[in-house]
Parts: sequence; structure tokens; C-alpha cells
Amino acid sequence: MSEVLVVVEATKEFGVKKVTLEMLTLARELGTPSAVVLGGTGAAEALSAKLGEYGAEKIYAAEGDDIDGYLVAPKATVLAELVKRVQPAAVLLASAQEGKEIAARLAVKLDNGILTDVVGLAADGTATQVAFAGSTIVKSKVTKGLPLVTVRPNSVTPAPAAATPAIEQLTVSVTDTDKLATVVERVAEQKGSRPELTEAGVVVSGGRGVGNADNFKLVEELADLLGGAVGASRAAVDSGFYPHQFQVGQTGKTVSPQLYVALGISGAIQHRAGMQTSKTIVAVNKDGEAPIFELADFGVVGDLFKIVPQAAEEIRKRK
Amino acid sequence: MNIVVLVKQVPDSGADRNLRNDDNTVDRGSANNVINEMDEYAIEEALKIKEAHGGEVTILTMGPDRATESIRKALSMGPDKAVHVLDDALHGSCAVATSKVLAAALGQLNADLVICGAESTDGRVQVMPHMIAERLGVAALTGARKLTVDGATLTVERQTEEGYEVVTASTPAVVSVWDTINEPRYPSFKGIMAAKKKPVQTFSLADLGVAPTEVGFDGATSAVVEHSKRPPRSGGAKITDEGEGGVKLVEFLATEKFV
Ligand SMILES: Cc1cc2nc3c(=O)[nH]c(=O)nc-3n(C[C@H](O)[C@H](O)[C@H](O)COP(=O)(O)OP(=O)(O)OC[C@H]3O[C@@H](n4cnc5c(N)ncnc54)[C@H](O)[C@@H]3O)c2cc1C
Ligand SMILES: Nc1ncnc2c1ncn2[C@@H]1O[C@H](COP(=O)(O)O)[C@@H](O)[C@H]1O
Repeated sequence: MSEVLVVVEATKEFGVKKVTLEMLTLARELGTPSAVVLGGTGAAEALSAKLGEYGAEKIYAAEGDDIDGYLVAPKATVLAELVKRVQPAAVLLASAQEGKEIAARLAVKLDNGILTDVVGLAADGTATQVAFAGSTIVKSKVTKGLPLVTVRPNSVTPAPAAATPAIEQLTVSVTDTDKLATVVERVAEQKGSRPELTEAGVVVSGGRGVGNADNFKLVEELADLLGGAVGASRAAVDSGFYPHQFQVGQTGKTVSPQLYVALGISGAIQHRAGMQTSKTIVAVNKDGEAPIFELADFGVVGDLFKIVPQAAEEIRKRK
Repeated sequence: MNIVVLVKQVPDSGADRNLRNDDNTVDRGSANNVINEMDEYAIEEALKIKEAHGGEVTILTMGPDRATESIRKALSMGPDKAVHVLDDALHGSCAVATSKVLAAALGQLNADLVICGAESTDGRVQVMPHMIAERLGVAALTGARKLTVDGATLTVERQTEEGYEVVTASTPAVVSVWDTINEPRYPSFKGIMAAKKKPVQTFSLADLGVAPTEVGFDGATSAVVEHSKRPPRSGGAKITDEGEGGVKLVEFLATEKFV
């Protein structure tokens, strides 16, 4: 069976991201998964156990400052060389900023088609995509080159399949043109123990109805009781209630959790764009006519400042 | 500084959007077509740089005839002129081919700085800035929430999953902007009147030296095989809080096994 290259998404703090495990699971339907780690020195070693657990038969590693010190161009160069050498059946990347950017450059380098925001991939390379704010399902195919796809987080359930991958270090030879965009500083912001927004199984979001930044504690409390991440509407972000990186919607993150809880959010189309493929949706809003109720599996019309603390108390009681 | 802003016309994301049944492309005929929202932030950023450092701002759009409306709208915010890549052979172009055409047009415009939106709302693909930079052999600083220009040095602050990072490059470069970077201005009446007289140059594929077979359906590197509407979600139970709303909510969560 041919190899399928899975470009690993990982963070220093949490290691291999769930979307990587999803991609490894998906890759096994198409061939033999090989993980590709593009990062700082020693990155592959630190991730190899986890990658093996989910079926990576081999790990290709390109490491060091030439890879890590610049925006994606060097990564794309190394990956293009690897693709030419191993002729994989497909290349899978995460549908997040970096994955899409590497894929974009790879597509140009190889004159190869590209499909983004893929939620399913059949053995014949037919990809399923969700378009237009989740309203349209599209089946598409790369017609020139190999299937080069970016996979949206929370699209498949990761399934373990033990393997013992050997690490092959790749020679990194990048050109000066690859080193034009230099990273001068990386600042990690305190995240706490909550799961990452796009990967979380539960997301509790607050909107303008939450009223102010301080009140977001209510949203955080409910999120913590449900083991979820915190999200926010754009109105809440624009009003300074919560940082922008937690914005859900068309110009924020797309989330697809098992459970989405909307507190004081009206449900504007741009907000729905980022959450309407959630499995179960629950809403609390004092306006019974709010459009969010059109998609909520369970809605409570009323004051969130009464309902949320009571719900929190009830969950604690049941624990 | 010679700045080119990439502006795409897209169907309004606030309304119902569809793919065409005949050729699976985005239905632009029946849609309310607007400037891709994020591109307005790109225009604003370009105008601010011009105001601070001097130079010229040119709008570049690849799109059908009706994209003219968006070009005029863009010009009414203040840019100096526009280039419209217009050719019947372009219909059905994939992202890879689009980047080829835009890069060819940029090759003729000698831009020091190309600014575009971080993503378009119709495709949400977020690939164009890097594709273009790859073709032009220049730097791409993407997803900027802050851009500083100091002579030929560009510094961008961009949000990442972990926090943020600061990246720099020298011109020429492509910078894509997020909607957190500024607050786009509204066109003034004077601006709207002035836009009517601003030069809009049309480039055909022949002008750019791109063969019709490299674009459109002939040159497409990917194809939509089929599409369907997702069944709309239907609302489920809706209760009114009469003092037990929180408890009822948790009862629902418990039946769904979330607590
Ligand atoms: C180009 C573009 C992109 C956009 N991108 C996004 C995006 O990515 N994400 C996004 O979210 N939006 C986005 N928007 C904005 C979107 O159109 C809405 O303005 C926004 O989602 C509204 O946020 P909201 O629901 O929090 O606020 P509102 O619409 O003001 O709703 C607040 C709700 O809270 C309820 N409420 C108030 N007090 C209480 C209380 N005490 N108890 C219970 N309920 C209460 C009210 O009844 C109301 O329904 C975008 C808009 C545009 C034009
Ligand atoms: N046909 C086009 N004409 C002009 N600019 C475009 C076109 N397509 C994409 N762009 C620019 O590229 C950005 C990113 O688009 P995308 O990669 O499609 O998400 C957009 O915000 C536009 O600035």
C-alpha cells in the first residue's frame, strides 16, 4: 500500500493535537500513514510515541531553526521534496492557518489541486467539504496531481492502531527565498487547563447578553463544569468581554463539538457559520424570538444570570 | 510606496448562498454580490500607509463583469486606480489558477506591497496570499492584526493558536490582514463621486500572457463532483424559565449524557 503523508499539528504545551490523530485515522483508509514533523530540534522524538499509538508507521522529521524560525515557506519546500521522492497516495494537513498555508505553497510548487475544510475522504480521493457556513455539502476531487487536502478538526473520531515508527531525519536545504519572513518573537498567552476551542468536545459561548468581561466568569464556570472550552460571539469580542482568539463564527473559529451552549447570543448568520455543524446545540436567551432557537435542540427563554448559576449548581449537585 | 490591494467580489455572507446546479460554481448571478468583507480592512490599511508614507494605492480584482460594482465601491474609499482582470475563459477557475492570474497581473504592476484579506467568505480557503507569494518569490506575512511599516521593513503581529507572534520581512511582500487590524472607513459622498472618474484598466488573459487552457474548467486542478443543501437544523424543545430553567437545562444535558 502506498504511503499517506500526514503533516503533524502539535503544540509545545499539549503535544500532538487531536486533529493529527484524526488525520492518522483517516489516512489508514487510504494507505499506510507516515507522519511528517516540521518543527524545532527534537520535535519528532517528543511526539513519536503518540503518533505510533495512532498508526504512524514512519515519521519523517525536518527540524531546526531553518524550519522553525520562518513562516511556512521552508516547511513547504521540504514537504515538496518529500512528496516528489515518496510519491504518496495523498497528503493530509490540518485545516488551520498553518496547514492551509503550507498546502497553498505545496499546491503551487507541485501544480497540484488543493481541497480545504475537508470533513471526509473516501478511498478514491473524493472529499466531502462543508461550504457556506455549513449550509451546503460538497463532494469534490483533486483532478490534477494527488489528493492534497486540509482536514477540519472534529471531523472523524480518532481510533488508535499501534505501530512503532522509526524516525527518518530529512535533510533541510532551504533557499534564501524561503527565509524572507522571519519570526522574531513568539508569545504564548496563558490558556489555563481548558481544551483548545476547535478541538473541544464541549464549547460554552457567551454573547453580548453576558454584559461585561467580569460576567464571563459565569460562562467559564459552566464550561469548566462541562469540561469544555469557552467561546464568544463577535459582539462580545468587539465589546472587549473576551479575547479575539475565542471568537466563534465566520471571521473567527469554526467549531464542531458534540455540545455547543450559546448564552446571550442572538444567533446571527455569521455566528452560525462557525457553530451550526455542532452535534447538539443548547441556547439560553431572554428573547424567545432570537434566531438561535431555530437551531437549538434545547432552548431556555429567560435571564441567563438566573439560569446559568442555577444550572451550575445543579451540575455540582449531580457530581 | 506602491501598494496593490487584492479585492474579491463575493456573494453576501449575510444572505442565502448557493452553488449553481449546471456547473457547480458559486452562484453569483442570483446573489447580492459585495466586496469580500476582509478586503475592506486591506483597503483601509493600504490607505493608512499611503497617508503616512505617501505613494499610490491600486485595487486588483479578478472577476466577472459585475465585479465592476465592487471595484467602484472600493475606489470610493480612496484608492487611486484599479485593474480588473476580466476574461470569459476565467469562469470555473480553481485557486491554483487564480493565483497564477493574479501573480501575472501583479508582475505588471510593480507593487512594493500587496495587501489582501486573510480569507474570502465564499471559499474560506485562506490560500491566496501564500500562493501568490510563492509564485512571485516574495515574503508573505499572513493574518496580520497589526502592521508597521518602517522604510522597506514590514513588521506584522499575528495571532496564533498559542498566543501571537511577531514576524518581519522586507518589501516587496504580500501581507494579509484579519478584521481585527483596523476599522474600515465609510466612503464619503465626495469619495463616491470621485470614484466614478478614477481609472479602471482592464486586463485580458492575453494581456497577461496566460493561456486560456491554464484557467477556467480546462485548467482546473480540482472539481466539485456534486453538492447538496444540508437539511436545515430544526429547533427542538423550547421552554420558558419559570424559576426552574437551569435545572431543566441540566436535565436535558443529563439525558444527552453530557453530565
Ligand atoms: C463580515 C461579518 C463577519 C462577522 N463575523 C462574526 C463572527 O465570526 N462571529 C460572530 O459571532 N459574529 C460575527 N459577525 C457579527 C454578527 O452579525 C452579529 O452581530 C453577532 O454575532 C452578534 O453577537 P451577539 O449574538 O452576542 O449579540 P446580539 O445580537 O446583540 O445578541 C445578544 C443576545 O443576548 C440576549 N440577552 C441579553 N441579555 C440577556 C440576558 N440577561 N439573559 C439572556 N439573554 C440575554 C439578547 O436577547 C440577544 O439575543 C459578523 C458580522 C459581519 C458583518
Ligand atoms: N479573484 C480574486 N481577485 C482579487 N483578489 C482575490 C481573488 N481571490 C482571492 N483574492 C484575495 O485573496 C484573499 C484570500 O482569499 P482566499 O484564499 O480565497 O480565502 C482575499 O481576501 C482577496 O484579498
